[in-house]
Amino acid sequence: MFVPCGESAPDLAGFTLLMPAVSVGNVGQLAMDLIISTLNMSKIGYFYTDCLVPMVGNNPYATTEGNSTELSINAEVYSLPSRKLVALQLRSIFIKYKSKPFCEKLLSWVKSSGCARVIVLSSSHSYQRNDLQLRSFYLFIFETESCPVTQAGVQWHGLSSLQPPPPGFKRFSCLSLLSSWDYSTPFRYLLTPSMQKSVQNKIKSLNWEEMEKSRCIPEIDDSEFCIRIPGGGITKTLYDESCSKEIQMAVLLKFVSEGDNIPDALGLVEYLNEWLQILKPLSDDPTVSASRWKIPSSWRLLFGSGLPPALF
Amino acid sequence: MAATFFGEVVKAPCRAGTEDEEEEEEGRRETPEDREVRLQLARKREVRLLRRQTKTSLEVSLLEKYPCSKFIIAIGNNAVAFLSSFVMNSGVWEEVGCAKLWNEWCRTTDTTHLSSTEAFCVFYHLKSNPSCSCYVAEDQQYQWLEKVFGSCPRKNMQITILTCRHVTDYKTSESTGSLPSPFLRALKTQNFKDSACCPLLEQPNIVHDLPAAVLSYCQVWKIPAILYLCYTDVMKLDLITVEAFKPILSTRSLKGLVKNIPQSTEILKKLMTTNEIQSNIYT
Repeated sequence: MFVPCGESAPDLAGFTLLMPAVSVGNVGQLAMDLIISTLNMSKIGYFYTDCLVPMVGNNPYATTEGNSTELSINAEVYSLPSRKLVALQLRSIFIKYKSKPFCEKLLSWVKSSGCARVIVLSSSHSYQRNDLQLRSFYLFIFETESCPVTQAGVQWHGLSSLQPPPPGFKRFSCLSLLSSWDYSTPFRYLLTPSMQKSVQNKIKSLNWEEMEKSRCIPEIDDSEFCIRIPGGGITKTLYDESCSKEIQMAVLLKFVSEGDNIPDALGLVEYLNEWLQILKPLSDDPTVSASRWKIPSSWRLLFGSGLPPALF
Repeated sequence: MAATFFGEVVKAPCRAGTEDEEEEEEGRRETPEDREVRLQLARKREVRLLRRQTKTSLEVSLLEKYPCSKFIIAIGNNAVAFLSSFVMNSGVWEEVGCAKLWNEWCRTTDTTHLSSTEAFCVFYHLKSNPSCSCYVAEDQQYQWLEKVFGSCPRKNMQITILTCRHVTDYKTSESTGSLPSPFLRALKTQNFKDSACCPLLEQPNIVHDLPAAVLSYCQVWKIPAILYLCYTDVMKLDLITVEAFKPILSTRSLKGLVKNIPQSTEILKKLMTTNEIQSNIYT
């Protein structure tokens, strides 16, 4: 349930709620940290629930001595009234069997608070992509007279693991020169029907890829097609529930692998920014993009403490 | 997926804890028998608050039955030893009840006939003071909170929590080997206006488990509370670790509760020796 920091609940009518799904690489949560930290959003309340593993710590977005001693818990709500944005940050995983009750509680709060729409930031296992999502049938092996030559800039996708190529494409015989080598974008979006009505045109103008349907049961060839988000945590549940409750929800996700996911988080916030324009549009210089998002102070020591000097 | 040193590919556990594809499918495939087993397990893992003499359950939450102005919780054997030797030997403390719970970490399997020596969370009343020396699993932590605090949070109460953590949990830019363990750190809620007797826990360190559950509850419901965390490299009962809690005796929370420090040190030494004998595997 939502518990405000102050005496009364703030008015969130017409706001856009940004929230992460606890998913592979924690990319959604890292992206939320970047948004809250860069926009300097202020805490307006807690989402107190028995569905998340408890944790506490001091202010993760501390910038000075003064604000570094505020306690933070596992689910907090921040807002930026000037941009009509409200952000929910989740900092721990779900207790077993509690993810569905959490989704229900969250969505009922969304409805009662009057938020206009919800954007869920999430991620999915990159190794679970199917051929369609890998887009690897643009192969670059050109057969010259005597021997095949591989073009520089080729993307190998483990040919032996591929299923038979879709009709119309043959392996090893792509004779037409492609002027620019194509690469599959790792970003996808999903819109609930009620959201489609309002933003479909804007999304179309951004040339984004919609999340493809894949087999419900991958091993069985004739199983139905449906939306699957492996590694996405509650993303699918939230999406399905929003469809049935007619909540305007968009899911923005990236295909990632576990590891150092900070670049993935930066990529995801830039993707979101193409639509929401939270920060000014990106110039063509890619080195500028990373520096304009403020890295929170709590991201220090992400990969462990210092090393004993005696090690060397 | 991750490749190990030997070349085989293994499924690495996801950091985000997302195994719910299996959980969802389990839910779909759950037969009535599975559901029954799950309900039975949930009943077994219920947290029960029992009155001392009669061993009957408390109908209301503990703090509704025994309201107090100061509530001190000790979690873990070193914190419990500190509280028993230094705080509880001064004044007359009356044991009012205990919380009994079972989870997979407990060594006993029989939950209905736990004897009083195995009671895990014992509550004493002077200014009310439970000491918890068992592990409370994640799903039981909220139940414990509800049974103790109830649904109506009281703001005119001050809560102090004492617990220990292993020093390797402490993140610092120096190496953990060079830290002067044991050492104290504190975390306090917004409404706690007094100062702590030690530095506050620096970012990016966090706390989990029951201490975090209690502190979260206090922060959300605006109850003044402070958590004293002792980082130590010895997790079993240890004199040096227990003595690291001593600076807390001078704070406002515990002042007035402690009268006789030399006697407390004697009691502590006795506690240590009893435990040492028990832990000798050759006898």
